Amino acid sequence: MLRIPCPWCGPRPENEFRYGGQAGLIRPANPAAVSDAGWGGYLYLRANPRGRHVERWRHLHGCGRFFTCVRDTVTDRIASTHKPGEAVP
Amino acid sequence: MTQPFRTMAGGRVNRDRPVRFGFDGRSYEGYAGDTLASALLANDVHLVGRSFKYHRPRGILSAGPEEPNALVTIDRGPGRVTPNLRATGIELYDGLMARSQNRFPSLRFDLGAMAGLASPLISAGFYYKSFMWPASFWRRVYEPLIRRAAGLGKAPETADPDRYLHRYAHCDVLIVGGGPAGLAAALGASATGARVILCDEQAELGGSLLDEPGVTIDGWPAPDWVREAIATLGGSVTLLPRTTAFGWYPGNMIGLLERVTDHLPEPAGTLPRERLWQVRAERVVLATGAIERPLVFPGNDRPGVMLAGSARTYLHRYGVKVGGRIAIATDNDSAYRAATDLHAAGIDIAGIVDSRTSAGGEAVEAARSLGISIRTGLTIAGTEGRMRVHSAKLSNGTDIIPCDTILMSGGWTPTVHLFSQSRGQLVFDGESGTYLPSEGAVGACAGVFDLAACLRDGTEAGGSEPRIFAVAGMPAMAPSRTPDGTRPHRSAFVDFQNDVTTKDLAIAAAEGFVSIEHVKRYTTAGMATDQGKTSNLNALATVAALTGQGMESVGLTTFRPPYTPVTFGAFAGAARGALFAPVRLPPIAVAGAVLEDVGTWKRARCYPVANETTEAATLRECLAVRNEAGMLDASTLGKIEVAGPDAAAFLSLIYTGDFTTLAIGRCRYAVLAGEDGFIRDDGIVARLAADRFHVTTTTGGAAFVLHHMEDYLQTEFPGLRVWLTSITEQWAVIAVQGPRSADTLARFIPDIDLGSMPHMSVREGHIGDIKLRLFRVSFTGEAGFELNVPPDQAQRIWDTLNQHDVTPYGTDAMHVLRAEKGYIIVGQDTDGTVTPDDAGLAWTIAGGDFVGRRSLSLPEMTRADRKQLVGLLPTDPAMVLDEGAQIVGEGRGESLGHVTSSYFSATLGRGFALGLIAGGRARIGATLSVPMPRGDITVTVGDPVLVDKPSQRLKARPIQPVAAEPLLPPQAWLAPTCRPAASVRLTVLAPTTRLAIRAGGPAATGIGLASGVLLPTVPNRSVFARDRAALWLGPDEWLIVAPDDAADLQAEALKAAVGHPVSVVDVSHATRTFELAGSAAAWCLNAFCALDLDQAAFPVGMCTRTLLAKAPVVLWRVAGDLFHLDVARSYVPYVWDCLEQFRLELTDVVVNET
Repeated sequence: MLRIPCPWCGPRPENEFRYGGQAGLIRPANPAAVSDAGWGGYLYLRANPRGRHVERWRHLHGCGRFFTCVRDTVTDRIASTHKPGEAVP
Repeated sequence: MTQPFRTMAGGRVNRDRPVRFGFDGRSYEGYAGDTLASALLANDVHLVGRSFKYHRPRGILSAGPEEPNALVTIDRGPGRVTPNLRATGIELYDGLMARSQNRFPSLRFDLGAMAGLASPLISAGFYYKSFMWPASFWRRVYEPLIRRAAGLGKAPETADPDRYLHRYAHCDVLIVGGGPAGLAAALGASATGARVILCDEQAELGGSLLDEPGVTIDGWPAPDWVREAIATLGGSVTLLPRTTAFGWYPGNMIGLLERVTDHLPEPAGTLPRERLWQVRAERVVLATGAIERPLVFPGNDRPGVMLAGSARTYLHRYGVKVGGRIAIATDNDSAYRAATDLHAAGIDIAGIVDSRTSAGGEAVEAARSLGISIRTGLTIAGTEGRMRVHSAKLSNGTDIIPCDTILMSGGWTPTVHLFSQSRGQLVFDGESGTYLPSEGAVGACAGVFDLAACLRDGTEAGGSEPRIFAVAGMPAMAPSRTPDGTRPHRSAFVDFQNDVTTKDLAIAAAEGFVSIEHVKRYTTAGMATDQGKTSNLNALATVAALTGQGMESVGLTTFRPPYTPVTFGAFAGAARGALFAPVRLPPIAVAGAVLEDVGTWKRARCYPVANETTEAATLRECLAVRNEAGMLDASTLGKIEVAGPDAAAFLSLIYTGDFTTLAIGRCRYAVLAGEDGFIRDDGIVARLAADRFHVTTTTGGAAFVLHHMEDYLQTEFPGLRVWLTSITEQWAVIAVQGPRSADTLARFIPDIDLGSMPHMSVREGHIGDIKLRLFRVSFTGEAGFELNVPPDQAQRIWDTLNQHDVTPYGTDAMHVLRAEKGYIIVGQDTDGTVTPDDAGLAWTIAGGDFVGRRSLSLPEMTRADRKQLVGLLPTDPAMVLDEGAQIVGEGRGESLGHVTSSYFSATLGRGFALGLIAGGRARIGATLSVPMPRGDITVTVGDPVLVDKPSQRLKARPIQPVAAEPLLPPQAWLAPTCRPAASVRLTVLAPTTRLAIRAGGPAATGIGLASGVLLPTVPNRSVFARDRAALWLGPDEWLIVAPDDAADLQAEALKAAVGHPVSVVDVSHATRTFELAGSAAAWCLNAFCALDLDQAAFPVGMCTRTLLAKAPVVLWRVAGDLFHLDVARSYVPYVWDCLEQFRLELTDVVVNET
């Protein structure tokens, strides 16, 4: 069980959290203006890096907040977590 | 004579407490403090098992967890049979019954030993080579034969009646191993005041020190120093004997297995058999010691061949002589200590064979001075003896040493399993020829074998200045070294438990296996239940020699958890039977109802009367709804209050419809699509006020929808001023449906005119004296209402309506009624690939953008041949299709789709179905075919709506005014009664006022002023003011807790007083509060809750949402030993039972105070 530092609540056991996939995907402001291929990419194309991965987690059984987490997919080590809007190093 | 091989005195066994035990049906005597292995050896029993593959007679090799041979089955009665236990780790108790394994008919005469004669056929890779043809023989012939012949103990066949518990713990320093280095680390860590857990797999702490009565530390004999050291440890140290650290998981999570009752003759039923600890450690100190390596020589597996260090352990710790005439083979100094100690105990040492060309030093000279024959430059070339070794042949080819026991020492391998599991870097140490941890280890695990150095390093590893201990009586010894570079013997056992020999390794090498990981899998060396504890290094050295590589370039295989086997029971813990998963019960209970699982809930399928079948009950219930009135417990539906100035805009983005145009007091059917355009959920959106909506979801989709909405609100639409509050358990729901529903309900609802209430509308009022949120909605096609009432009152209303001939109907009838009307069930008629248009719900789609809209215009999503929902009528009206059945056209072409819902309709007098069919709407009127094993069934495609297509029956009709009638009297809610225990008192508190607040900063201040309690801004903290408290649950979320009669805390009044947008929702009925009080309260919670509940980490006033086992709760520390636990109503029985599982152990029953 990972220990994940929630930016509000501090380190908590993984079972309180829910994974939210790759971070930084922004829903187009005007989806109608996006091409079919572009929209398909927004829906389905995701990074699958070996190593550093910037992803979303939600402290579901805690403060309920989504936040950004920098995790290494090889070692499972979490480098940092960030509130929405904070710069991710 | 009993115990002929027991010494006259000495050892740590209790000679005043003889213990009788059985092995293979024979009765023996041992002493309290013995292991099964030491007691058997005291009785001169060496033959204890047959080997895995060749059924060779095997004896006890070791005295510890590395034991590969002496695996036995312990039988404690039905369901309490444990196979494959190491005799070296089983504590003796009166009446212990042990059996040897893998032998038939008996241990001494085993037919399976014939396999030994066929050993050339079953060497490395034999599975792959010998049983290739014919393929069909593998499953039916070869595998069953091999499985019967090769194997370990039998798994028990009946359910395990024992209890198992889990425990979460946190510490600054976890020390694994209670030997000299581990104890010194505990002393060092304790001095710093750190929170320490020290675990050791043995019953008694001390490790190797218990084998050293002749060694003194600071003047104390080593075993006594152990006692003194433990006595000086501070209160912040938790000692866990009989506890194995079996796994190291990410984030310094260490799995410990505590054996609580296995050593007791008659365990108290209240104790768990085992406890699985999940310890989160800031720092781990590995003081796991080292394991002695066997020597690899032919015949090294005969009973009577043992590890030299283990013989010392048996002598000093258990007062047991492992033989009468002993030959010793070694390649290092440590075995000489066994020679001198056993000689001193009066045992005949027949000679020492040392493979080194010369031997000297303190330990060697001590043996030499006793006149023990020492022959260097020689090894053992073979042994004789069938059930027990009786001689050793030396490598000079001439000399034979008669003996009844051979002790061997091939040096010491640091126990690096846990370090390897932690993904730590193991470094090859050329000096010792072993792999050492790069950090975090101390003592023998770190390759340090000098006792004084172990103690000094230990205190330092614990976090203190290195402390020097005066050690005397320990001879200086040269460190051991793994041999390499020599060609191994032709056939000698390397891995005893999996019967892997040097010859098998040679075959693997000859066949080109280069990677040690491949050699391991091909030969199975190191893959047995002992995980190669005695064999890994020898296998590695052998492969190195065979392939001409250095040991460091061969490398080590990866260690994986568990270090020693862990029972399934321990992993399952309390999560079995009724506690396997939470069972959530709706607030209405009816005797005789047939229940089914829906999501995490139990719902009533139907309510049979007398001896009715479920089918007959469903038909009756359907007709009652169509013709009269019926009622359904719909309390499990998810409900979310969506509040804020932008609530309508937000709902219009989340659902396919436009809710900005929805009038106050009206409802609208709503379809929720994912961004991919596929239907995810549906429900009703009801507008209570301009800025406030009551939204329902499906039963199974409730958690998902709330999560989905929060996701978009927090990440995509953060500018919207909208807040969400789950009210699923705040309101019980009784759906009253049927032509008579309005007339019946009107007798009890004084303040709402049901006759003028249009279909799809909502009103707030009362039923009797009970607060009511009334929806006029229908999921049956009949005129109907959904009564939302406080759950404590639901049973009373249900029973009253039942007395007025409103027929209870269950989910089965509900399914039929809605399908007759063509209403879908998400997840049954949809499967994640169905768009609103596919389901015939394009009419719900409004003009603007919403989540999923863009996807609906992708070319694939608009094809005419997409699968569309249609009705299906079998030509034979009595036929009811199978749900999931495939549908084809003429002949046997491709599948066009499948049946999603199928029932017999009492209303229509025939079977009917819904299905998804390619281009389905264009096929209406066509005849298709459903191929089934008993023949094709022809069906006609039709409209999915079979009952009341123009929806005439849903329309509101004026009703006759009637006199008001009283409801049945309310029933008091019975709190579960608590088993008294002073250390944890468990109480369910009476309901109180609870308001869920969601607001931005300025509004939060306003709420604080208006409510009389400031909302805390520090995460996870609470604020008290007079009789009320405010709990921080999230950065925009609080819970106000107040007494039941706090009249000034009305949600809407509070909101009005603030002047800023804010959401205030009364959730008083949604939860029950558990109070846990007493010195063991935190300890009790940590059996199910993974948080650190130490006062420093979780101080008084701290509050948070978390999980208790599998139930979401709000945990609040009200005082040092007082916790409040807010539990959603439906989880109350589950959480109660979880906490009682722990409290069963507590025996300090409170005596009546009077």
